[in-house]
Amino acid sequence: MTFEPRIVGFLCNWCSYAGADLAGVSRISYPTNIRIIRLMCTGRIDPVIVLETLANGADGVMVMGCHPGDCHYIEGNLQAEYKIKMLKKLIGLTGLEPERLRLEWVSASEGGLFADLVKEFSSQITALGPSPLTGEKPDTIIFENIQAAKSAVEDFRLRVLVGREKELVEKGDAYGEKTVQEELERTMDEAIHAEYLRNKIYLMVRKESQSVKELSKCLDLEPQTTLRHIVVLRRRGMITVDRVEGTTPLYAALEVGR
Amino acid sequence: MEVPRIGVFVCHCGINIGGVVNVPEVVKYAMTLPNVVYSEDNLYTCSSEGLSKIKEGIEKHNINRVVVASCTPRTHEPLFRATCEEAGLNKYLFEMANIREHCSWSHMDEPYKATEKAKDIVRMAVVKARLLEPQEEPEIEVVPSTLVIGSGISGMTAALSLADQGFQVYLVEKEPELGGTVRHLHKLYPTMVEASEGLNKLVNAVKLNKNIKVLSSTVVTQVKGFIGKFDVSVQKGNSDTANFRVGTIIVATGADVFQPVGMYGYKEYDNVITQFELEQLLKGGQLEKTERIVMIQCIGAREEKGRTYCSRICCMTALKNALLIKDLHPETDVYILFRDLQTYGKEYEEWHRMAQDRGVKFIKYVQEKPPQVVAGPDRKLTVDVYHALLGEQVRVESDLIVLSTPLVQHEDAKELSQMLKVPLGLDGFFFEAHVKLRPIDFATDGIYVCGTAHSPKDAAESVTQALGVASRAAIPMAIRHLRTEAITAIVDESLCSGCGTCVKICPYSAIEKDEKGVARVTAVVCKGCGMCGASCPEKAISMRHFTDEQVVAQALAALGRPVT
Repeated sequence: MTFEPRIVGFLCNWCSYAGADLAGVSRISYPTNIRIIRLMCTGRIDPVIVLETLANGADGVMVMGCHPGDCHYIEGNLQAEYKIKMLKKLIGLTGLEPERLRLEWVSASEGGLFADLVKEFSSQITALGPSPLTGEKPDTIIFENIQAAKSAVEDFRLRVLVGREKELVEKGDAYGEKTVQEELERTMDEAIHAEYLRNKIYLMVRKESQSVKELSKCLDLEPQTTLRHIVVLRRRGMITVDRVEGTTPLYAALEVGR
Repeated sequence: MEVPRIGVFVCHCGINIGGVVNVPEVVKYAMTLPNVVYSEDNLYTCSSEGLSKIKEGIEKHNINRVVVASCTPRTHEPLFRATCEEAGLNKYLFEMANIREHCSWSHMDEPYKATEKAKDIVRMAVVKARLLEPQEEPEIEVVPSTLVIGSGISGMTAALSLADQGFQVYLVEKEPELGGTVRHLHKLYPTMVEASEGLNKLVNAVKLNKNIKVLSSTVVTQVKGFIGKFDVSVQKGNSDTANFRVGTIIVATGADVFQPVGMYGYKEYDNVITQFELEQLLKGGQLEKTERIVMIQCIGAREEKGRTYCSRICCMTALKNALLIKDLHPETDVYILFRDLQTYGKEYEEWHRMAQDRGVKFIKYVQEKPPQVVAGPDRKLTVDVYHALLGEQVRVESDLIVLSTPLVQHEDAKELSQMLKVPLGLDGFFFEAHVKLRPIDFATDGIYVCGTAHSPKDAAESVTQALGVASRAAIPMAIRHLRTEAITAIVDESLCSGCGTCVKICPYSAIEKDEKGVARVTAVVCKGCGMCGASCPEKAISMRHFTDEQVVAQALAALGRPVT
């Protein structure tokens, strides 16, 4: 049987959803495999929602909003762009293909463009094949990685960085110091990486108590790096020393309210 | 929460849906979904018969959540919501499944797949409906006064209309004199009356009207609040600021004329001027008799990038001024070099014929080979142009070259747009809520736009829009109190850490920190975009009617995950 991808589209009410309406009104056909969820604005896209959708077996996720400058809510599409950019980097760490997530701008008058983009994305996903998280034997490693990514975007640090990206670059911080775009990118990349690993460690020790050595091996990290993340996790009250075997401490997860 | 009892009404829309999607099968399928207690098909759910079927269903089957599977919510949701309300059901307990625009119309050749997709769309609507909660719409009082920014023909017309309806109007003008662009114009097409004639009447009427407070040489410095009570600060010159409160705001700030500096010898040769400058010469009776005048249309307009738009008024203005020149100096040759002559509408095409009859010469040029202005040794100018109809290069000597340039947004419009929290489009003009359905409203309630602040248009069209905004603004001010959408953000104080990310991110300043240091949403200001919720580092903000739980449930339903 040919592979029919399952695509979920998150469309803003004002531009893209209306663009999709126009495709219908103009009787322009496109693949039947997209399922559209209407939101008021793409600025509503919480990264958690995207990862939850991918974790549950979407072969592709399309986020579509108003063209830059045309947002009904002035700059919700810009916020969406920050979030998708961060998400693509994060997804890249999990082993899932970041191309399964796509952000596009479609105005209310671009029914043809909407149809073209769905066609193009659908064939791109078809070529990519089914998501490793679907089928009879979903890839458990990638699935667990996605769970770690999801925890990472539920945490304070990534959310606050993405939420304040525009402000930090354009207006500066509380001291009026502006952050240079590249510097922010670097901080962001570092944070994405660190938060992903920390949540990965947390989820690993939640399954079973493990030592720094064991964790480092699994994660392919230098022991000092793992240890540094563990220090942060302990400070956040997320993990604790479960027991000491010989001279090696084994870490276990604490229940945290999320 | 009460146990959801969902009714699903699937519309055939004549043959629009029923001709592609197997509607009875969708109805049968809907009955298998959790919490669905009733389902039926209707030929037209939006007909009065269809609507009474919904009301009947609500009563007979004790339905407390309604799903209509038909067309787009963007057009029909208000109707179905109102029907639910009539039957005593909170209108936020309604959900729509778009199986026409997003399904039958786009997948006409694939009836089987379309039917499967329609089932999925219905399932997605049902899982959302299960999680819907009734909402209370916040009520606000409306101060019966309005701020009109800009006193051109649009602003004054709107101000007078509202003042005549008994509303207090504050008319703010940054220039010392009222009148805007029309003050500089000579004669207006198609009536050919002096622009000053109508304008002076309007200015006098405005000045004499007791309900209008004219504030000239004044700028708006701050606007706070929301529909019903905007607190406005204005400043006259360097003097103190004045404050007042209004219920509505009208943006009538007009436009500038594009200055084609560096193009076609403008500002380099004295006899290269803009159409707007020609208008002043004609007005002042200063146009000297010459042998030949060449007008070039679409200078800096209809470009590939930037000013991509047609300025709408230039073709008619050129024709009108060409005819005025012919009246003045019948022997003067007038050439109009155009890309496309857009004499639209019921009266204007006649002007094209009139100009041809009077001997105005038309040359069509193409954008790829624009005309060139060439100066001879005596600084005498000629225009070299590729004649698109003859298919050859022609040369026209010229004593005066007139460049028709588009209307453009004022440079300070961005400041105003940020102050009022209303958007500018890519072309720089103020951007309406919906091009067809709400063409003179902003998305922000209580703020309206008219005249050339919105897009290039002539005086008649500006007046039409001005009367339009006056009646739009009068609605809430006449009712005096109104309800706003309940799709707003809500803060869980126990989770909020007071980090202030939402305060910074909200484009409407609807969130502030309260005395406890936690975020507080002013519901009537919130437009429900959801940026704050999607960004809240503590996940303390949820969006009414678009909760995380509801959106994720829809996504899982889309993926065929079992409904729990």
